[in-house]
Amino acid sequence: MFMTNTEEVPGKIIRVCKGVVSGSTVRAKHAGRDLMASVKNIFGGELAGYTELLSESRDEAIGRMQEQARQMGANAVVNVRFSTSSVAAGAAEIYVYGTAVVVE
Amino acid sequence: MELLIFITLMASGYFVGSWAERNHYRSIVKREEETLFLPTTTAKHPMGVLPPVRESRLVSGSVVISVDYFKRVLAGLRTLFGGRVSSYETLVDRARREAVLRMKEQCLGASQLINVRIETSSISKGAKEQIGSVEVLAYGTAIYCQAE
Repeated sequence: MFMTNTEEVPGKIIRVCKGVVSGSTVRAKHAGRDLMASVKNIFGGELAGYTELLSESRDEAIGRMQEQARQMGANAVVNVRFSTSSVAAGAAEIYVYGTAVVVE
Repeated sequence: MELLIFITLMASGYFVGSWAERNHYRSIVKREEETLFLPTTTAKHPMGVLPPVRESRLVSGSVVISVDYFKRVLAGLRTLFGGRVSSYETLVDRARREAVLRMKEQCLGASQLINVRIETSSISKGAKEQIGSVEVLAYGTAIYCQAE
């Protein structure tokens, strides 16, 4: 499955537009990680636990979007956009959406 | 006793925090030089004349960085008087550059990286404990051209 955040897939021609697809996920880390993050907050620096949390949830959201696109019979998703928000402290929501198309 | 804890936190935040920041900046500058050969643009179409495209792929990089205790107190004081909050400026600058670097490092073999978008938000914003941490997500489309 092709995925781009441009309006077309470079080097391919879009034949059919299937519609908007999206995927989202809300994730939290266990309390141990949150504790580590609080300690890290004194010294500053990268919060590796949260970075990991984000990339995991991003992959999950992308997977769900691809699954939806596959069900629609598309073979590419173009114009992909990410959006993040915090639902509660320590929990992150990642929402990813794009347009499912058939390219050749 | 409380004052003692406060001073310890301030001191450790100042020393460890500024040391970590210097190290981070050094690593960022070094890696930016190393990835300079990969053209990166925010334009929707590839810049210049390129050979036919073989493959295109969505790449992304993310990072969560927090500010140290000393700088947080300093920023708190700054909000009283107004003006530039330079401790948070370096925080977001580091986070954005790091995220872009991580994205570039995923596609070092690409011909060009187009349509780069950068998204910033704070994930752990509690009501009572103000944690100054930002998360940055950078994403774009890497295009691979056919060998000439």
